[in-house]
Amino acid sequence: MFEVNEGIIQVSYIIATILFILALGGLSNQETARRGNWYGIAGMAIALVATIAGDVTQAYPYLIVALLVGGTVGIIAARRVQMTQMPELVAILHSLVGLAAVAVGFANFMDPDRLTHYLGVELTIHDIETYLGILIGAVTFSGSVIAFGKLSGRIGGKPLTLPARHWLNLALLLAVIWFGYEFVVQSAAGGGIEPLIIMTVVSLLFGIHMVMAIGGADMPVVVSMLNSYSGWAASATGFMLGNDLLIVTGALVGSSGAILSYIMCRAMNRKFLAVIAGGFGTSEGTAAAGGEDQGEVAPIDPEETAGLLTSAREVMIIPGYGMAVAQAQHIVHEITQTLRDKGVNVRFGIHPVAGRMPGHMNVLLAEAKVPYDIVFEMDEINDDFPNVDVSIIIGANDIVNPSALTDPDGPIGGMPVLECWKGTTSIVLKRSMATGYAGVQNPLFFLDNTRMLFGDAKDTLDEVFKGL
Amino acid sequence: MKIGVPREIYAGEKRVATTPEVAAQLMKLGFEVAVESNAGAAASYPDALYQEAGCNIAATADEIWSDSDIVLKVRGPESEEAAKLKSGQTLISFLYPAQNPELLQQLTERGVTAMAMDSVPRISRAQKVDALSSMANIAGYRAVVEAAQHFGRFFTGQITAAGKVPPAKVLIIGAGVAGLAAIGAAKSMGAIVRSFDTRPEVKEQIESMDAEFLMLDFEDEDGSGEGGYAKVMSDEFIKAEMELFAEQARDVDIIITTALIPGKPAPVLITTEMVESMKDGSVIVDLAAEQGGNCELTQPEKVIDHNGVTIIGYTDMPSRLAAQSSQLYATNLRHLLTDLTPEKDGQINVDMEDEVFRGATVCINGETTWPPPAPKLSAAPPKKAPEPAPVAPVVEKKRSFMGPAIGMVVAGLALLGLGAVAPASFMAHFTVFVLACFVGYMVIWNVTAALHTPLMSVTNAISSIIIIGALIQISSENEVIKWIAIGTVLITSVNIFGGFAVTRRMLEMFRK
Repeated sequence: MFEVNEGIIQVSYIIATILFILALGGLSNQETARRGNWYGIAGMAIALVATIAGDVTQAYPYLIVALLVGGTVGIIAARRVQMTQMPELVAILHSLVGLAAVAVGFANFMDPDRLTHYLGVELTIHDIETYLGILIGAVTFSGSVIAFGKLSGRIGGKPLTLPARHWLNLALLLAVIWFGYEFVVQSAAGGGIEPLIIMTVVSLLFGIHMVMAIGGADMPVVVSMLNSYSGWAASATGFMLGNDLLIVTGALVGSSGAILSYIMCRAMNRKFLAVIAGGFGTSEGTAAAGGEDQGEVAPIDPEETAGLLTSAREVMIIPGYGMAVAQAQHIVHEITQTLRDKGVNVRFGIHPVAGRMPGHMNVLLAEAKVPYDIVFEMDEINDDFPNVDVSIIIGANDIVNPSALTDPDGPIGGMPVLECWKGTTSIVLKRSMATGYAGVQNPLFFLDNTRMLFGDAKDTLDEVFKGL
Repeated sequence: MKIGVPREIYAGEKRVATTPEVAAQLMKLGFEVAVESNAGAAASYPDALYQEAGCNIAATADEIWSDSDIVLKVRGPESEEAAKLKSGQTLISFLYPAQNPELLQQLTERGVTAMAMDSVPRISRAQKVDALSSMANIAGYRAVVEAAQHFGRFFTGQITAAGKVPPAKVLIIGAGVAGLAAIGAAKSMGAIVRSFDTRPEVKEQIESMDAEFLMLDFEDEDGSGEGGYAKVMSDEFIKAEMELFAEQARDVDIIITTALIPGKPAPVLITTEMVESMKDGSVIVDLAAEQGGNCELTQPEKVIDHNGVTIIGYTDMPSRLAAQSSQLYATNLRHLLTDLTPEKDGQINVDMEDEVFRGATVCINGETTWPPPAPKLSAAPPKKAPEPAPVAPVVEKKRSFMGPAIGMVVAGLALLGLGAVAPASFMAHFTVFVLACFVGYMVIWNVTAALHTPLMSVTNAISSIIIIGALIQISSENEVIKWIAIGTVLITSVNIFGGFAVTRRMLEMFRK
């Protein structure tokens, strides 16, 4: 093996950094996205090869076995995962990054060289970096595990609201700061393992508590927030190790997740802090809004739905989490295909927070081979609704609730929604008349031009398809 | 149970209460269907089609009246028809019990169950049974066709080699079901359509059909009465309204009036003076002719010419489109019968607890049950609460400006403080960090929303770059550190390979 010096490693890292930026840039549209993924793979490969060649001097067999085993597990998981389970997969992968950050932090702390390598302020800063890396890593880890549990249904989706939970969070934060101080002081004297372990436990608890308090439909925010944290954890580790590649990559991922969280919050017209504080839909007296008798709903049967669809010229399909639950995306695609063959212009309108993860619906539709050029974002198609003959709302509720616009003080007041009621007819597929996640009654169901198609989305759509 | 459909005997009535297609569906519900010979002939449904659908053809009306359990009709029975009914039979047709008290009396005495299609409550659930709307829709359409028949010009404007043709101007008064149908028909023929209604909430519907809503500059009077119908307006309102019509009459070519107030004679909206102010060749179609007419000069069932203006007072518009109206009416009946036979066993069950059946049933078991109690629920949403007073936006603006400013100053000071104590090596890394955050910020905003999930999985994969930390540690002499590092390599490689592989899998699926 040829000698790899520090300069070559640095240059490799710069190339890897550029490739990562290109990978993210490639995602700006579907045509370049696949190439972007290859850039990412290339960047990662270069970084790995350079580091292994430059820094690893022994333990190669273990390294190779670990890489092979981990890689095989990863690829199998990626192959097997159902597209509806993507949020779970992403959450569990986040937890691994968090766990890795904790492990690297501890390993680094245990390295005795650290006390001779760093002196005075440098040691203090290094210790703070270690501490922060482990802290963020631990929160990411436990938070992601809970998010995984909630998304996969192993833990109930309802927000857990302990009494005085805000005070509890504050107490945990103060404890973390105090142990941080203790750690820095003790570390300088050669110790410090106890405060570090205590802090790790506290951070794990904090992560659990934070995600437990957040309800099911706020998951897009949680998942993107954890995405952001995993980046910051990598970045903090990079500071600890004095490694610019880690810092840059972590910062890229961190800001990416932060922006996604921001986009999700804006799509729900809610403050980030309010989402993270949790407990939405349980405490704000939303029952009052749902209590009024709003009139009667008009049901429709699948046969009539098929008739309406065939005679329509413009059809808009608005999918929500219910479509994912019912695994109805394939039959939706078949219906779309049949209607398009008959000359009906079928399009999809996607609300940013539909589903449990940013872009969840797009992935599901792509899986069912719905061409992406008929899938539109809310902002692109909201003005077209007056020309739409039939809108089909599949398992969505709050994102098509007109009271978001008419009742600015309501729980979802001001949230941008898909204005399907402006079309000629809206057909709502729903299992029952239960309210949506926000606990708000949806006046859409009672409008004269709305028809309710009750039942499991997949079964009813199967029947609609037969009727076509 | 046997369903019987006699031929309509009212002079000029061409409709029939069931069509072959609907009859076949009724049989699926378990009924037997018998149709009087030639019942559908006038609506272009010959006996052969009924036979093909599986109906029995009865030679005489008497067979139908005596053998059927359920008699379906369009118009209410004449008194000699009603006399043939006997206890236990069910009659479903238009009955207008308010206008025909003797008929109601007679039916009650015969002990039949009579359901009036005109008395179905106007609630969302009963829309599919709402025959009045079906008929009004047809009447509105036909009104435009009749107007076109008597109007000596195009509806649409054209520029031809032989000169310019101005489009016809059509005024439609009353934008109920009939009015909206008329708007649609006139619009699709190319006319300029204006419409007026006392109920302000229909403005949106009128405008959605691309017609012009004529606003009456009048404070706060809402003409919406119960059940979606209009109500009687105040004198001042009517005066303003009449001025508007007088002005419009001089301008438009065609007026179609559809103004009705339930249980009252039709309001007179077009006076003789207005008719005389209209251009020669203009046409008025009065859909309220049966209730006395919206135009002073209307003569029911007749077409008259007054000073060159044609006034059409037909009262049988739906019957003039007999095939269409029979089909819609028969479908309305079928929906009612479907709801009446929940078991699909051909046995009807008139559940008087059900609001729709209760409303429609005018007599049962020798008892008059009309008028029904007021409907419990209305389809109309509750009146909106007054808009909340606008909050002073100035205050908020000021705060939103001050917030970031303070934040930036604090952040700046914190950075300065950090720079004052931190060593140079840290600051170099910190510079890289801040710049990377900005690069990330710029790049991510360009990511299309459809790819947010792949974005998350790919960022997940590349955040596993943390593996480098483990790689640096793996060669440590310390066994614990080494094994922690090996474990870390293991889990991060799951992430690297898994993340990229699943991203690739997802991106492969995005196809045009």
